[in-house]
Amino acid sequence: MATIEVNDIYFTYPTGVEALKGVSLTIRDGEFVAIMGQNGAGKTTLVKNFNGLLRPSKGKVLVDGVSTKDVSVAKLARTVGFVFQNPDHQLFSETVEEEIAFALRNFGFDAATVEKRVTWALNLLDLTDYRKTSPFMLSGGERKRVALASVLAWDPKVVILDEPTIGQDHRQKENLRQFIVQLNEQGKTVVIVTHDVEFVAECSPRVVLMREGMIIADGEAKRILTDTTLALEASIVPPQIAQIFHGLTFLGLPSDVIDVSEAKKILVEYARGSQG
Amino acid sequence: MSIIEAKGLTYTYPGASKQSLQEVSLTIEKGEFAILTGPSGCGKTTLCRCFNGLIPHFYAGELKGSLKVADQNIKEHTIGEMAKRVGLVFQNPENQLFALSVEKDVAFGLENLGMPREQMQERVDWALKMTGIEDLRERAPHELSGGQQQRVAIASVLAMQPDIIVFDEPTSFLDPLGAQRIFEVISDLNRKLGITVILVEHRLDLAAKYAGHVIIMDEGRIALDGEPREIFSSEQAWLLGVGIPKAVRLWRLLEESGIALKGVPISSDEATQHLKEVLWRR
Repeated sequence: MATIEVNDIYFTYPTGVEALKGVSLTIRDGEFVAIMGQNGAGKTTLVKNFNGLLRPSKGKVLVDGVSTKDVSVAKLARTVGFVFQNPDHQLFSETVEEEIAFALRNFGFDAATVEKRVTWALNLLDLTDYRKTSPFMLSGGERKRVALASVLAWDPKVVILDEPTIGQDHRQKENLRQFIVQLNEQGKTVVIVTHDVEFVAECSPRVVLMREGMIIADGEAKRILTDTTLALEASIVPPQIAQIFHGLTFLGLPSDVIDVSEAKKILVEYARGSQG
Repeated sequence: MSIIEAKGLTYTYPGASKQSLQEVSLTIEKGEFAILTGPSGCGKTTLCRCFNGLIPHFYAGELKGSLKVADQNIKEHTIGEMAKRVGLVFQNPENQLFALSVEKDVAFGLENLGMPREQMQERVDWALKMTGIEDLRERAPHELSGGQQQRVAIASVLAMQPDIIVFDEPTSFLDPLGAQRIFEVISDLNRKLGITVILVEHRLDLAAKYAGHVIIMDEGRIALDGEPREIFSSEQAWLLGVGIPKAVRLWRLLEESGIALKGVPISSDEATQHLKEVLWRR
């Protein structure tokens, strides 16, 4: 069964801004999807429709076959967890531990389970030392991890991350990448909204490209991120490796390369081949 | 001629047990485009707060060593005096804009200086032109796109005609094309107007090619300081875990496999050029 099915949805904000204009999309169980596109293309509006934070003005979103219009946000959140771009929009408790326990209690887990899940989530995101610390004493990167831990604690089937790499340094980003890939390999459906082309090139998920409230492309990262026409339409700059290979096609090299290790392999083979 | 000169700069925030800056010595030449990078919490932001006098005049704490910025000793000049020489552009332009029109936002700093109306108008026109937003003059900043807002923020700082502009991750919230355009605006200010640029940045793939000087900090100290190609290709930079541009990563992998390029490429264009030369000859 498809986890999230979006059927021709429209969404207009009370201000009159038409953020989504006929979007259809199916995200299957266990997929890893990156939603990309220019500022204001409707990316965040779309994913907020996945868990009922917003409900379409027209059309339907089905989560596990049930329309988001027929279920409460609280119930949907159990299946679809949402990690906000700015952790401060999400955090409010006095300690990290309380922050993580809050939703679990709301979902009605008993005290023993709450305790077990909190310990598990703290450990998962390397936050055990901060158990009794106030989230607001932590750095931006650490607060982002607390926000992620508090969502993962209730083990939603789908995790949505809005701009997870903003404000993260290189090493934190690499840790995040490994973590996301691992979550996905363990069977979780992962949806990220991001501008970070290099991060997407390293994760290589399915890419959904948006422009002005519509989806203009949907496919493998390798294909989408190396299409210069699409890139321009969606205000994306192809990853550096793709740009390099774009200038080498006259040698008969492929143009759809985004990964640095793959790039090396192709160039070494080419050099050897043309030598012999 | 140096425009920033730090000698043994050491700083501890009030109540903190650890020094945020430790013996920082650094020279930035007038007209340079310098990138300042390093892991989160390495002291980049703290150092920038010294450049415009927020440390020690706004943040108390303990400051040792000396820092001269545009011929002014930061300890002896007020934040107001420093602000005329050093402009600051933040990560999120929304935090910087507040007026009802772009024009008013850009004029705000000049009004505070008590500049005559006519001269002010000239300055505003010039700043809008330099940042490519003349057509947005009458618009309300809050209804603009992120990239446009960031240009307004840059124009507001530029209108003060500072010697130095510090950009603190100015493109984090922008889509890649918007980010590239902002870097081009910044590079223009540097090349055409000779403004000294200090860019605090983690994502170096897009920005590295504009810089002539890279400074990497780690745990409050200057870890590496020099020419971009030299820094990014050094073993130490890789060990520090900073975002080495992909072109340099590829150069290194090829080098390890016995394919030597003519030089260390810092942008995709350079990498393509070097690769053409090596592969075409074969």
